[in-house]
Amino acid sequence: MRIPCPYCGLRDSHEFTYLGDATVKRPDPAAPNALDTFSDYVYLRDNPAGAHRDLWYHASGCRSWVVLERDTRNHAIGGATLAREVTP
Amino acid sequence: MSRLPSGGRIDRSQPLSFSFDGKAYKGFAGDTLASALLANGVRLVGRSFKYHRARGIFSAGSEEPNALVELRTGARREPNTRATTVELFDGLSAQSQNRWPSLDFDVMSVNGLLSPFLGAGFYYKTFMWPAAFWEKLYEPIIRRAAGLGRAAEGTDPDSYEKAYAFCDVLVIGGGAAGLTAALSAARSGARVIIADEDFALGGRLLSEQHPIDGAPATSFVAKVEAELASLPNVRIMSRTTVFGVYDSGDYGALEKVSDHLAVPAPFQPRQRMWKINAKQAVLASGAFDRPIVFGGNDRPGVMSAQALRTYAVRYGVAPGNSAVLFANNDYAWSAALDAAEAGVRLTTIVDVRTEVAPALTARAKALGTRVILGGEVVATSGKVLTSVIVRSGGREETISTEVLAISGGTTPNLHLTSHFGSKPLYNKELAAFLPNTPPPGMAVAGAAGGHFSLAATLRTGAELGAAAATAAGFNATPVAAQAEETPSGISAFWQVKGARGKAFVDFQNDVTNKDVTVAHREGYRSVELLKRYTTLGMATDQGKNSNMAGLAIMAELTGQGIGETGTTLFRPPYTPVALGAIAGHHRGKDFRPTRPTPSHAWAKERGAMFVEAGQWLRAQYFPKPGEKDWLETVIREVKATRASVGMIDVSTFGKIDLKGPDAGAFLDRVYINMFSTLAVGKARYGVMLREDGIVMDDGTTSRLSPEHYVMTTTTANAAKVYQHLEFCLQVLWPELDVQLASITEQWAQISISGPKSREVLAKVVDAPIDVSNEALPYMGVAQGTVMGGVKTRIFRLSFAGELGYEIAVPARHGEKLVRALMAAGEPFNITPYGTEALAVMRVEKGHVSGSELNGHTSARDLGLGKMASTKKDFLGRVLSGRPAFLEEDRPILAGFRPVDKTKRIRAGAHFMAIGAEPVLENDEGYMTAAIFSPTVDSWIGLGLIKRGTERWGEKVRAYDPVRGEDIEVEICDPAFVDPKGERLRV
Repeated sequence: MRIPCPYCGLRDSHEFTYLGDATVKRPDPAAPNALDTFSDYVYLRDNPAGAHRDLWYHASGCRSWVVLERDTRNHAIGGATLAREVTP
Repeated sequence: MSRLPSGGRIDRSQPLSFSFDGKAYKGFAGDTLASALLANGVRLVGRSFKYHRARGIFSAGSEEPNALVELRTGARREPNTRATTVELFDGLSAQSQNRWPSLDFDVMSVNGLLSPFLGAGFYYKTFMWPAAFWEKLYEPIIRRAAGLGRAAEGTDPDSYEKAYAFCDVLVIGGGAAGLTAALSAARSGARVIIADEDFALGGRLLSEQHPIDGAPATSFVAKVEAELASLPNVRIMSRTTVFGVYDSGDYGALEKVSDHLAVPAPFQPRQRMWKINAKQAVLASGAFDRPIVFGGNDRPGVMSAQALRTYAVRYGVAPGNSAVLFANNDYAWSAALDAAEAGVRLTTIVDVRTEVAPALTARAKALGTRVILGGEVVATSGKVLTSVIVRSGGREETISTEVLAISGGTTPNLHLTSHFGSKPLYNKELAAFLPNTPPPGMAVAGAAGGHFSLAATLRTGAELGAAAATAAGFNATPVAAQAEETPSGISAFWQVKGARGKAFVDFQNDVTNKDVTVAHREGYRSVELLKRYTTLGMATDQGKNSNMAGLAIMAELTGQGIGETGTTLFRPPYTPVALGAIAGHHRGKDFRPTRPTPSHAWAKERGAMFVEAGQWLRAQYFPKPGEKDWLETVIREVKATRASVGMIDVSTFGKIDLKGPDAGAFLDRVYINMFSTLAVGKARYGVMLREDGIVMDDGTTSRLSPEHYVMTTTTANAAKVYQHLEFCLQVLWPELDVQLASITEQWAQISISGPKSREVLAKVVDAPIDVSNEALPYMGVAQGTVMGGVKTRIFRLSFAGELGYEIAVPARHGEKLVRALMAAGEPFNITPYGTEALAVMRVEKGHVSGSELNGHTSARDLGLGKMASTKKDFLGRVLSGRPAFLEEDRPILAGFRPVDKTKRIRAGAHFMAIGAEPVLENDEGYMTAAIFSPTVDSWIGLGLIKRGTERWGEKVRAYDPVRGEDIEVEICDPAFVDPKGERLRV
C-alpha cells in the first residue's frame, strides 16, 4: 500500500507505523464522568466496513502523524491530512 | 533416444550433461529438465503424494502437478522443484522424491491397495483411536508415506536479495498478448516492465506454428523483443514470476537470477525478490490445458495436448514413439497436429464430439492419423503407458501408444485477478471461468481473459497495452499484428462415465472422482469445503489443472450449474516462493542491523562479552583471566563499583531533546510528576503512563535552559516513547509549541558510579566546571567541556545507587572519553562493567526495569504511585484511577530474600502462602527479577505480590514448577542497598 504523506508525497506504507482509529477524540479529563468517557475512548472502537479514517506515523520519513482516509474493504485511499491540522 | 532429428528452439551445438537419480544423461542448452528427461526416454519421474503411484511429466510449464523433483545436492538441495520449469544447466543433478527404496520399485505403492482408508477426509476418520497411537504410530507412518521432498539440512550457502522497481505499465507475461501490450505501451514513451517466468519471451509462440503478419511466429517474437530491448524506457525481466498483487499497484515478483546455473556467479544472488510498483498492469498470463477424468489418467505418458506440442516444437522431443490424442476441442487438435508435423507419430485422435471442423480432420488425414469421433478413453495400462482402451459406438478397442495427449479444454490462467478477493465468473460458451473484477489498474489480455485465438490474443494485448499507457498519462495507440481467427469449438466434457481404475481429478494430491463423490455424500459440497476435505487444489500447483474438473463433478452431483458451484479463491503466491527469497539478506547475523555502542571497539579490546539489548549490542561483562564463570566476573565488577568506582556505557538509553516555550507544560502532561517547576540545571526522575493507566516508561529528564529539556528513556522503549511524544504533540495537543528531536545517536553517555567517581570526574573536566557536592549536587546538571574542549553535559545520577555521574559527549568522542576515564580512574582501580552487573545493582537498589515495566503494571503497583501529582492532569491519570487498579489485593512491588541464604531464587516463581496448595486461586504474585547480590551475600529478588508494602517480614513460598523449585522467601523492602539514598548525596 502507498500512503500520500502530505509532507513527503506518495510513500510506501512500510515507512509508516499504524496506530488506529483517528475519529476518536480525547475526552475532557476534568468532566465528572471522565472514567466512563476515557474507558470508551481507550477501549471502544467501531470496525466499519467501508470508509474509515485512521492514524499513521511516518516513522521512516518526516515523523508526521497523518490521518488517512481509507476504505477498509479494499484499501482505496481517499486522502491524507496532517493530524495537527485535523480536528477530530 | 526420443530427440527428434531436427527442429526445436534448443542449441544442438551446446550439449549439457546432467544426472537424474544418479544416472548420467545429455541434453542441450534451451532444454528444461523435463524436456531433457523426455529426450532421454525417462518417463517415470516421481511417485504421488498419497498412493505412491508412478507419475510422469504432465505439462510443460509452472502448472505442473506431477514432475516434482529434488534439485541439486547437499546444502543446495531444493525439494518440490517442477522439472518443467527447471532450465537445464551443465552438471545439474536431480533426484526423484517420495519413493523408497527406489523410483522404480516403491514399497509404499501398496498405499494404492489401502486407498479405501486413505480417501477424502482420511485424516479425520481413520487412526482416531486410541489417541496415544496418533503421535507414536500413525503420524510417523503417514509422514513417511505421504509428503513430498526433503528440505536441505545445511544452511543455504547462496544469498537472496530484495529490489524495488517502478513503472507506468507492468506487463505480466511475455507471450503473444504480453508482447503486443508491451510494445503498444512502450512506443508511447511509458516506462514499461515486461516480466515472464520463462527464460525466453514468446510464450505459446515458441510452440505454435501459426504465422503472424505472414511470417513465422518466432520472427515476430524476435522483432518485438529487439525493439523492446532497444527502448530505454523498457525493462525486460525474464525468469521473473509475478506472484502476487498488493495494494496501490504493488506487485510481488521473484526473479530466478541464478537458478539456471550450478552455482551463482560471484556476488550474485540465487533469487531476487522484487516489489514492482506499477500505475497500470496488463495481465497476459495465458491459459492451461486441463485434463479429462478417466481411469488411469495419471499414468506416466499421459500429458496435456499443449505440452505434447511444446515438447515437439520447442524442444524437438517426441515424448514417446507414438501418440494418441483424447480431447473435446479444436485447440487440442491443432496442438497434436503441430506436434505430428514436427515429427511425433500421432496414430489416433479420439474426440468426444461427433462433429469436428473439416479443416482439422483433413489435416489429420493428410498425416495418416486415424480419427475416432464420439469416442472416449476409458482406461490405460502399463507401468508407464503402453496402451489405452478406447470406447466408441458401443465397443471397445485397445490401442498401443506411449503417449496419450489429453485436453478437456482451455482454462484461463487468471490467478492474479482474484488476489483482491474477486471470484471468477463461469462462461458456459467457453466452458471456462473468466476474470471477474481484477485488482484496480489491472486489465486482462489474451487467453487469460478468455480470448483464446491467436488473433484475439494479439489484438487484446495491443488494445489493453495502449489503454494502460494512456491511463498512465501517455498517448498510446495499439500496434497491429495479424493472425488467423480460430474458434475453440469446445463441447464441455469433464469425466468418462464407467471408467475403469482410479480416475484422478487432482494429480498432485491424489484426489479421485470418488473422493469428490464422497465429499458430496458427506455434505462437504461448497467448493471451499470440498477443497479442504479432499485437498483438491492444494499444494504447489494450487489446482491450476485440477480445479475445473473437480468443480464440474461436484456441480453434476448437486445438480447446480458450474457457475453456481463457483470456484475457490486464488491467493498469493501464484507459484511457491522460497522463504529465503522473502527473508533476503535478513538472516543470521544480518537479521537486523548490529548497533554497536560508542565504546564498542574499546570494550572488544578489553575482552568484553557482548549481548543484544534492545536494538543494541552492549558489553555484558568484562571477564579477567582466571575467572571461572560470568558470576565471578560480575561479583567482582559490582564489588569494585560499590567500593571504589565502576564505569558503564549507557549511550543506549533513548535521548530526546525538547525545545519550546511549552516544553515544561508538555512534560507535565506526559509525566505523572511535575517538570515545569524543575529548576534549570536540575534532573528529575519521571514516570509516564499509557492512556489506560499502565506504566509506559521511566527515565530522567533534565532542564538545560528555561525552554530546553533533555529526556532519557529506557533502551528498549526509545523509539516507542519518541513516537508517543510526537503523537501527544501532533494529535492530542497541537496547540503546544514544542519541538522534538531524537538525539540518542548524537550523544555518547558514560556512567561512572561509586564513592571515587567524583575524583575521577574531576580529572577529565575542564574549568570552569566544578564537580564539588555544593556546585554539582545530587540530580544536578553541569554543562561545559571535558578533555580539553569537548562539549559535555554532566548529570549527577546513578542507576546503581552510588555517588555517580553520567557524562555525555558528542558520539564521536565517546570512545575517547571512555579511555580518558579509564586513565583517570586507574589509581582507584576503575572497573568497567556491563549489563549484568548493572542488573545486579539495580535489583540491589530496588529500581524497576523492563521486567517490572512489563505492560501490566500501574505506577501504584511499582510503588511509584506517590510520585503522581494531584495538582495537574496527565496522560493516563483518569484510567489509573480505575477501581481495579486501586484494589487492595493488587500485587505490588516488594523485595524477596531466601530464608535459607544458600538457596538460589529465580525470576518467574509464583508466590503463595506456606502450606497452600499450588493452584491458581492461591497465587499471590510472581518474582520479576532475581540476582546474586554480592552486597547482601545471597540471592535476592524483586517481585509483585498482593499488598506487598504491608507485608515486609512475612514468609511465603516461591513456587517454581517449571524448574521444580519450591523455596521459602521473606518479603522485604525492595531497596536492599542504601534505602535512604545517603550514598547518592555524599
